[in-house]
Amino acid sequence: MNTLVIAHHPASPAERLRDAAATALIALLLGIPMIGLTTVDQGGMLRVATRWPTLFAFVAICFAGRLLLRYGLDLLRARRLARDQAAAASVGRVVGSSAILTGIGWLALAVALLLPIAFSDNRYVVDTATTVLIYVMLGWGLNVVVGLAGLLDLGYVAFYAVGAYTYGLLSTQLGWGFWQSLPVAGAMAAAFGIILGWPTLRLRGDYLAIVTLGFGEIIRVILVNWTELSGGPNGITSIPRPSFFGLPFKPPGDAPTFASFFGLEYSPNQRLIFLYYLILGLALLTNVFVSRMRRLPVGRAWEAMREDEIACKAMGINARNVKLSAFALGAMLGGFAGVFFAARQGFISPESFTFNESAIILAIVVLGGMGSQLGVVLASLVLVLLPELGRDFAEYRMLLFGAAMILIMIWKPGGILAHREPTLRHLPQGGER
Amino acid sequence: MTPATTPLLSVERLTMRFGGLLAIDDLSLDVGARRITGVIGPNGAGKTTFFNCLTGFYKPTIGSVRLNHPRRGSMRLEELASHEVAHKAQVVRTFQNIRLFPQMTVLENLIVAQHNMLQSASRFSLAGLLGLPGYRRAERAAIDKAVGWLTRLQLIDKADSPAGALPYGMQRRIEIARALCVDPLLLCLDEPAAGLNPRESAELNVLLKHLAGDEGIAILLIEHDMSVVMNVSDHICVLNYGRKIAEGSPAEVQRDPNVIKAYLGEEDADDELAAGVRP
Repeated sequence: MNTLVIAHHPASPAERLRDAAATALIALLLGIPMIGLTTVDQGGMLRVATRWPTLFAFVAICFAGRLLLRYGLDLLRARRLARDQAAAASVGRVVGSSAILTGIGWLALAVALLLPIAFSDNRYVVDTATTVLIYVMLGWGLNVVVGLAGLLDLGYVAFYAVGAYTYGLLSTQLGWGFWQSLPVAGAMAAAFGIILGWPTLRLRGDYLAIVTLGFGEIIRVILVNWTELSGGPNGITSIPRPSFFGLPFKPPGDAPTFASFFGLEYSPNQRLIFLYYLILGLALLTNVFVSRMRRLPVGRAWEAMREDEIACKAMGINARNVKLSAFALGAMLGGFAGVFFAARQGFISPESFTFNESAIILAIVVLGGMGSQLGVVLASLVLVLLPELGRDFAEYRMLLFGAAMILIMIWKPGGILAHREPTLRHLPQGGER
Repeated sequence: MTPATTPLLSVERLTMRFGGLLAIDDLSLDVGARRITGVIGPNGAGKTTFFNCLTGFYKPTIGSVRLNHPRRGSMRLEELASHEVAHKAQVVRTFQNIRLFPQMTVLENLIVAQHNMLQSASRFSLAGLLGLPGYRRAERAAIDKAVGWLTRLQLIDKADSPAGALPYGMQRRIEIARALCVDPLLLCLDEPAAGLNPRESAELNVLLKHLAGDEGIAILLIEHDMSVVMNVSDHICVLNYGRKIAEGSPAEVQRDPNVIKAYLGEEDADDELAAGVRP
């Protein structure tokens, strides 16, 4: 009922009381028709009755609640301020924290490598981990566009769809394999990235977001309606699964299979584990690629463009090329993820590429901390695992999900990891004065 | 007092009109190589608009801006896009309201300014991705150049700090250092002394004289701080309501009755000036 207003200075007790009184007044005004007055059925006749005690209890609760809320928020803010000042005072802590982050990164990699070995019998765990990794890869791809270049893209799922459909069509119509299709699908998605980027070069912020949102929907609507090409709402079925260098994951038959070649007993989990390592490899390649790009002139130009486009132009940087390269590379990475998605599912339809997906990928980037690679991993874990863990709560699942996101944004408005690591240093790390 | 040789930049009959507003009216001006040319005038006189026309951010309604590039010959700046003005014509500007890349470090700001050189050395990022020696050398050279300017402008201590977190006067110097990394022939400074304390202004004077005299960089300077303009300028152009009302050496300009009128005002002249009529 109350709107949450966060003031920018610590409130005095008098201010808090005034604020709570204002809230109580609003509650009273709203409460008179909603709570204070009620209709009772009296022998077929409706008569208006009053419930003043309930109303006053309600207003009192609003007053006390608002007072407590403001007090709590002020307390929180004071604590955060003190912490920030302490952090600014000790540079050593900042350096330490970036070393800790590197450590967490390596630890996460080790866990990711060992996970399917530890859970080799558990289909559910490996499957969910694969889903997490798809989102990690998508997040790293979108990070180029949103986190580094600062171009708000609400239609990223379009490139994911282009990649998936390119592989779906190439494999079912032309019989191409996974590895042959991968670069073609990536190039196709990059081309679509440029098609989107070209007309939107002059747009920024909200305006760009609206156009990209529309672009994502256009691609989906085309896929639904162009039945001859895409199969319409029925999608594309029986897309071949990737094989291990030509060895399929099948029950033993005439041709050599993965299991028979290595003399293993056939198990359907082998394919799942292979898919897991495949997406892990693709995601790691993406990570290495993006973090190297960030340290190159293009990557610095992306970040400079995010900071100030006019200053970029004044420095002789061609803004058009820089933006298009960000769109194209981000789209290409999304396309790669799409190929993997199609190969993993074996079936694709426009259902999988709704705006909801774009929103989740964007949420991963924003929640993780714009431009932070490790932040994307943490945010993907949160956003994929939270709905999974929430399955027991059935219909409250999305409520939990939303509450968790709001809490993270209150607790860390810049994302889970908002720390930006410079691309090069004059003095080695720790020499900062 | 115009330079004897062909000027580096000649502005001819430049006019910029925004709807009914005549921001620059028939302005002609020569800027000599290795010289400091001051552009002064009351607020709203069209000084920044003039810079925007020079550097490709606005397309002038009428008129031309010709640059005599020592290696590339004569160029028409009004036909170039803003990034080409900096890259090809080597005319680089700073901004009245500082425009740094605030989250990037000071060193990164100066490396971004060398984007075009680094980008061609990285061969569309391929050589860079592979870490080939040619690219590494280029990057080393870019860092050395940046560190060189940072040292000369006494900013080297802050090389690894985010640019946006530094004090105002320092940000002004960083913006100049960043512009210098583009290798300018002509450096257009839009109020570089705004917000500086007297000591910083004095340091700026020394720097500007050094850049023009020793480095051979022509400077076009918009400035309100008379202690800077009158001290360093070889030549001054005074604008009022988009028109050039006086031009000459600092001493000549200071004596000019039109300038005194524009700055201090005259009771009867006010209305005439407001109507845009030449007094």
